[in-house]
Amino acid sequence: MKPFDYLAPADAAEAVRSVAANPDAVFLGGGTNLVDHLKLGVAEPGLVVGLAGLLPSGIEELDDGALRIGAGVSNSDLAADPRVRERFPVLSQALLSGASGQLRNMATVGGNPLQRTRCVYFQDVTTPCNKREPGSGCSAIGGWTRHHAVLGASEHCIAVHPSDMAVAMAALDARVRTLGPAGERAIPFVELHRLPGDAPERDTALEHGELITAIDLPAQPIARRSAYHKVRDRASYAFALVSVAAAIEVEGGVIRDARIAFGGVAHAPWRARRAEEALRGAPASDGSYRAAADAELTDARPAEGLDGGNAFKIPLLRRTLTATLRDLAGEDPR
Amino acid sequence: MTFPSEPEAVGRDLPRRDGAVKVLGTATYAYETPLANAAYLHAVQATIARGRVTALDTAAAEALDGVVAVLTPGNAERLASTEDRELAVLQGEEVAFRGQVVALVVADSSEVARHGAALVRVEYAQQPHDAELRADREDLYAPESVNPDLPTDTSEGDVDAALAAAEVSVEETYTTAMYHNNPLEPHATAALWDPAGEGFLTLWDSTQGVHPTRTALASVFGLDEAQLRVVCPYVGGGFGSKGQPHVNVVLAAMAARAVPGRPVRLALTRQQMFSLTGYRTPTIQRCRLGADRDGTITAIAVDVVELTSRIKEFAEQSGVPARMMYASPNRSTTHRLAALDVPVPSWMRAPGECPGMFGPEVAMDELAERLGLDPVELRIRNEPAVEPGSGKPFSSRNLVGCLREGAVRFGWAERDPRPGVRRRGDWLVGTGVAASTYPVSRMPKSTATIRREGERYAVEIGAADLGTGTWTTLAQIAADALGVTVALVDVRIGDTDYPMASVAGGSSGMTTWGSAVVEAAGAFRAKYGSEPPDGAEASGSVQPADDRHAMHAFGAQFAEAHVHLDTGEVRVPRLLGVFAAGRIINPRTARSQFIGGMTMGLSMALHEQSVLDPRTGHVVNHDLAGYHITANADVGAIEAYWLAEDDPHVNAMGSKGIGEIGIVGTAAAVSNAVWHACGVRVRDLPITLDKVLHALEERPRH
Amino acid sequence: MQREITVRVDGTARPLTVDTRTTLLDALRERLGITSPKKGCDHGQCGACTVLSGGRRVLSCLTLAVTQDGAEVVTAEGLAPGAAGAGQQLEGGLHPVQRAFVDCDALQCGYCTPGQVVSAVGALDEFAAGWPSAVTEGPGAPGLDRAEVAERMSGNLCRCAAYVNIVTAVLRAATSLPAGPTAGKEVDG
Repeated sequence: MKPFDYLAPADAAEAVRSVAANPDAVFLGGGTNLVDHLKLGVAEPGLVVGLAGLLPSGIEELDDGALRIGAGVSNSDLAADPRVRERFPVLSQALLSGASGQLRNMATVGGNPLQRTRCVYFQDVTTPCNKREPGSGCSAIGGWTRHHAVLGASEHCIAVHPSDMAVAMAALDARVRTLGPAGERAIPFVELHRLPGDAPERDTALEHGELITAIDLPAQPIARRSAYHKVRDRASYAFALVSVAAAIEVEGGVIRDARIAFGGVAHAPWRARRAEEALRGAPASDGSYRAAADAELTDARPAEGLDGGNAFKIPLLRRTLTATLRDLAGEDPR
Repeated sequence: MTFPSEPEAVGRDLPRRDGAVKVLGTATYAYETPLANAAYLHAVQATIARGRVTALDTAAAEALDGVVAVLTPGNAERLASTEDRELAVLQGEEVAFRGQVVALVVADSSEVARHGAALVRVEYAQQPHDAELRADREDLYAPESVNPDLPTDTSEGDVDAALAAAEVSVEETYTTAMYHNNPLEPHATAALWDPAGEGFLTLWDSTQGVHPTRTALASVFGLDEAQLRVVCPYVGGGFGSKGQPHVNVVLAAMAARAVPGRPVRLALTRQQMFSLTGYRTPTIQRCRLGADRDGTITAIAVDVVELTSRIKEFAEQSGVPARMMYASPNRSTTHRLAALDVPVPSWMRAPGECPGMFGPEVAMDELAERLGLDPVELRIRNEPAVEPGSGKPFSSRNLVGCLREGAVRFGWAERDPRPGVRRRGDWLVGTGVAASTYPVSRMPKSTATIRREGERYAVEIGAADLGTGTWTTLAQIAADALGVTVALVDVRIGDTDYPMASVAGGSSGMTTWGSAVVEAAGAFRAKYGSEPPDGAEASGSVQPADDRHAMHAFGAQFAEAHVHLDTGEVRVPRLLGVFAAGRIINPRTARSQFIGGMTMGLSMALHEQSVLDPRTGHVVNHDLAGYHITANADVGAIEAYWLAEDDPHVNAMGSKGIGEIGIVGTAAAVSNAVWHACGVRVRDLPITLDKVLHALEERPRH
Repeated sequence: MQREITVRVDGTARPLTVDTRTTLLDALRERLGITSPKKGCDHGQCGACTVLSGGRRVLSCLTLAVTQDGAEVVTAEGLAPGAAGAGQQLEGGLHPVQRAFVDCDALQCGYCTPGQVVSAVGALDEFAAGWPSAVTEGPGAPGLDRAEVAERMSGNLCRCAAYVNIVTAVLRAATSLPAGPTAGKEVDG
């Protein structure tokens, strides 16, 4: 681990100024991913700027019924919040399906979406990786691809985003509020994460020194009937092979509206708008759900590799979406 | 020496004596030994799988504030013995596997040592490597023997003819993955070299055997054993990987000798353990069974292909259990190895039996299916009268009893044999059975000393407690052997200052050390009678084992598996094992051993797999996020029972080792249950959802 | 780069100098000689390093010590009331969770155990606060059963695989504990 300086600034503005002024500086939130990377040599900052106590750590109800979640709220507090559990069960479930009790106590709402891929080659500095070292090559292609992308990958990177919370946020039309060197702005959550393209080193649309201060969840009745379905190799404490965040509105056996996002399959939480479109007006049936999945998965491409590659993710995702929607449609929350 | 036939302490459900210090965290593990002014060591590892180091630039590391020493092949001491090439570290430029240690950095703090190690620049002349195990390789060879010193191949009768004539047969290939022991305590050593006189080296090492470690290290460094002390009161798990010293011990000792008078601490990182501390070879098992229509087996053939490293051979004896499990007039077993540019494989819980009871026990299930016979009944029908091969009588063999008892407890009688027809909610439900076995082993050497200390009795022996319960169970044995209450007995283990003890391996610990304790108690009483004075002392050593009998423990494991109709996720809500393992010394710690082994077997069935990328030659999922072991939520009900078994031949206590049998057969029972649940025979471990998904795709949901 | 910090560990203020790179785990183990929290993976993948910080269970291996200036940290060694030097007074000095672990043989090698114990204490507090888990059904307060305990304890790996006994021990401790949160706070006493 390279030595670094540590700064505990007085407020968020100073934190932003400090990082923005130093290309070698990083923010430290809950630390669950950054400290990991410091040890692995994946991150070698010269300055670490601590955020503890600087960011809002409450959940505020806005006039329009939206919830404003402070970036300093821990994952466990968010998951346990009664308003979240009632109005956005998909979000609470996504949070609770991630990591462990200890990690959820540490991880923050602002930090969680910014965690980096768990691609084993990205995390191993002795293997080439375009995300870690642009231009060095992608070791995952042709390697162990069980946990890699089937949607939106590029020839430069097939990594997936590991967050569960982010998948729910993407489905819920959340908005990310940031404070950067140029001031405050709001970004639709679905625009926060990038696909790898030819610049896999960039995970998000944030500028250097730009800090997430809150995430807004707009009020939406549809989210009351929502769920997160995570499929993984262990029953707990494991990253998703695939996951589905879904909200659905059914009336008289017909799907009126749907919100769907996938996890574990792309470089970003994957908002499944084609699937949503296919569902609107369709009968609430397995056939509709499968057709919706197929609409979204037409461009899916498995990554061949050791141990059979990851082609299984395509039928698995179709089946998981179908099961999730079937469960949601069959259950009346009122 | 005699042991009471109705023991008082042995068989009692006593809490483990080290429980309180372990729940508080004050039990001292190797790295934690209080040592003033300690320096810290971090290893630099090769990033190629084969070739030579051509240049090592240590200037930046040496210039770092706080770095005390940097050792490389250029300046490290020449070891007295380099016969064990795994331990011959920093002795030359050759790189034989990726992750091999090529330099080490000693510093005032662990952070600086690690930073220093990252600053060492290494250049290589890389050669093409070969790290891919396949059964069709042309360079497979037959080792001279298999672990520990068993015949590589066996053959009786005419297997091919019997198979050709068999009314029903099974011929399938099964594979087990590469597994890493992954004890929760990383391999760690603290070392202190006192240069006074001839010099004296103290090693606080996490080891399954302080004396074997001392012997190995004395040889490597050319020291007299009297110049070396190894201390290890607590071991944070080992499962075989701490049964023989690995390179961490040599590195720590080398570093300590480079900074005389100053203690050096080394704990390998979790990632480093994947290349430096041993693992279980993957296996490819071709299994053939032939039988008459009534289920009488006429042929058993198991041909195993495994890997070993090019620098040190380890031949796992995976074909061995098929030599004695079931009766058959025709039988053959073979082992073939590929020597690859990979880290050195070694012992992992139940070497041989654990992987070697996967293929054959699934094949038995397949045979039962083809015969239309209950798999419990098929096993009972092929019970041998004497040990196949040797022809020796069994000292005790209660496999049938275990199968029957387990079947009753599990509710096997109501089982519908058809696969894929039971559903509970969104889950397909199935059950399966497999047999377990493990040999009773006694090591040739171990000595215990018993001393009267005031009103108390101290038992000293350099044994190990890996969580197995030795601290507690040796006291129980000593109490009965002495005829005193167990509360009066103090046990002292884990230090070469105590009498010589064999390794805690091969489930031999209690048989060996317990026998030594019984001998010592006999000598003590013979010398001092019933009123020994304070300070009275006597020693005794383990005597040779009975060689007229075949000695094995047996068991039967039953599993319930659930396969999710939509996702193919596999869960095992229930495991039940019944074992026949002689007299149980302590039911509480014994139960923990059995359920621990069974849970590790469940882990092997569903989760564990070291993914070796042949392009680089290293395990890419080299941490506990990538290498899954069962988490708490994966485990449902796990029940372990045992039969009362009176075996006068195994040892004075009548006990058989129990540390390993629990992991034997579990994965087969789970695979058999998965087949029963969803109709898919998963012959390649681990049983992950992608291996059953195709069948679900073809199956109507309702 | 060095920093002066003061951490209260098991009720005692411990001033120390740390490298900015030093984790709380290494500060405890290598600077202060408090080795109750264990290093199993050093990457938040095993739970052996679990401590309470500010009353909540966290992973000390992923916590930089420099962020813990002024923090209240409790290790397994300090869980029991008046636990300073508890190692010497074994029978009396155990927290109910620790007592239950010994009684249920919820340990073997003991290396993951202090982390399991602290995690259990934290998990029971979280349960008492009405926090749901991934296996909690429906919107209300969860009931404590084996599945709930197993899920909440899944961040603590046990290679000896004492899981079934760990779940039993945690349930037993839960029924013997006084109502309401117990962790961390009482230790000062």
